[in-house]
Amino acid sequence: MKWNKQITWTLLALPVWYLLYVNLQPLADWIVRILPGMSNGAPLTEAIRFFIFEFPKVLLLLVLIIFFVGIVRSFFTPERTRKALEGKNTFTGNVMAALLGIVTPFCSCSAIPLFLGFVESGVPLGITFSFLIAAPMINEVAVVLLYGMFGWKTVLIYISTGLAIAILAGWIIGRLHLEKWVEEWVYATRFEKGEMEETKITFPQRIGMGLTAVKEIVSKVWLYVALGIAVGAGVHGYVPAEFMASLMGKDVWYAVPLSVLIGVPLYSNAAGIVPIVSVLIEKGAALGTALAFMMSVIALSLPEMIILKKVLKLPLIITFIAIVAIGIMLVGLLFNLIM
Amino acid sequence: MKIQVLGTGCAKCKSLEKAVREVVVQNNIDAEVTKVEDIMEIMKFNVMTTPALVVDGKVVLKGRVPSNDELKQILTNKIFLI
Repeated sequence: MKWNKQITWTLLALPVWYLLYVNLQPLADWIVRILPGMSNGAPLTEAIRFFIFEFPKVLLLLVLIIFFVGIVRSFFTPERTRKALEGKNTFTGNVMAALLGIVTPFCSCSAIPLFLGFVESGVPLGITFSFLIAAPMINEVAVVLLYGMFGWKTVLIYISTGLAIAILAGWIIGRLHLEKWVEEWVYATRFEKGEMEETKITFPQRIGMGLTAVKEIVSKVWLYVALGIAVGAGVHGYVPAEFMASLMGKDVWYAVPLSVLIGVPLYSNAAGIVPIVSVLIEKGAALGTALAFMMSVIALSLPEMIILKKVLKLPLIITFIAIVAIGIMLVGLLFNLIM
Repeated sequence: MKIQVLGTGCAKCKSLEKAVREVVVQNNIDAEVTKVEDIMEIMKFNVMTTPALVVDGKVVLKGRVPSNDELKQILTNKIFLI
């Protein structure tokens, strides 16, 4: 293994990260104390305290988790995932596809080549869909933000229900035999499959990939996180606590389907939507309703559907959206019922 | 040398094309750069993640946009960094 500067710096950064993380609350308190004109308990003071504590906390968590996710992802490539899914039975295949959807690097702009690559090499349609649903739905940025704002139980609910929807929706699409609604040319053409040689990646390179992921994602989302938390901090002190209860509370049965219907055409990255969700919950929205809203925004997006239109006929896209949306609604309703 | 940038028109694909053209000009690399946007053509290279970079018919990079330094290395030394 080739040792390089990058690894040394990364190893040095870890204890620094830890020291910062465990001392955030005292640090935030200290900053609030030395700021002029702050009196304990005043709404503005508490809003500022909330922001100075929450923003670095979420940022630190993001950096750490994305770094490790980046390293884990360096072990997974779409090619390997495809190989693992080739000729798999339904259900086992759906479960595997959904799980691999979480760890395989995926960008919705690559949805078409990925779809073609899967289907062409004999991965069944339903299993391909399980992958295509899980990949955007279970998002590492959302995991970090949910953990930072609500704790690990909410993260567990989010991941397990996301997986369940991806598995079942893919399974249903497979059982419905909707291949007829895939554009004819997809099955008609056979692309020559040259053997893809895999380059060996060394461990220092994987660390580099983790760092690149951090740079890419954090530079893209930090502003949304800051805005979201700032709005959260503002609302924290000023908007009455039960403001959302009558609109999105537990007793409003139609809130879940309505939130999903609003969320499906909306498109936002996870970083932008989670802070909004946290505000909704704090002001009285039910957890199930808020989670359903979040999932519908990040899992189904108009741009991705337009991309997929090149390979799927409209009835299949509509079926796909309907099945996933119904799945998300059921999850939301179920949570409002049991929590 | 024949350089092809494979991409269906996403933001990353555009930035890869731009970066490739820059590196080619800056280093006086004798190359013809083309963009391949047709999905059927892209699939012939057996890639599942775009953008991808093809040099003389061989896929040398896919799924990400490298730094200009890295690109220069790839294009001048033909190191394959998939």
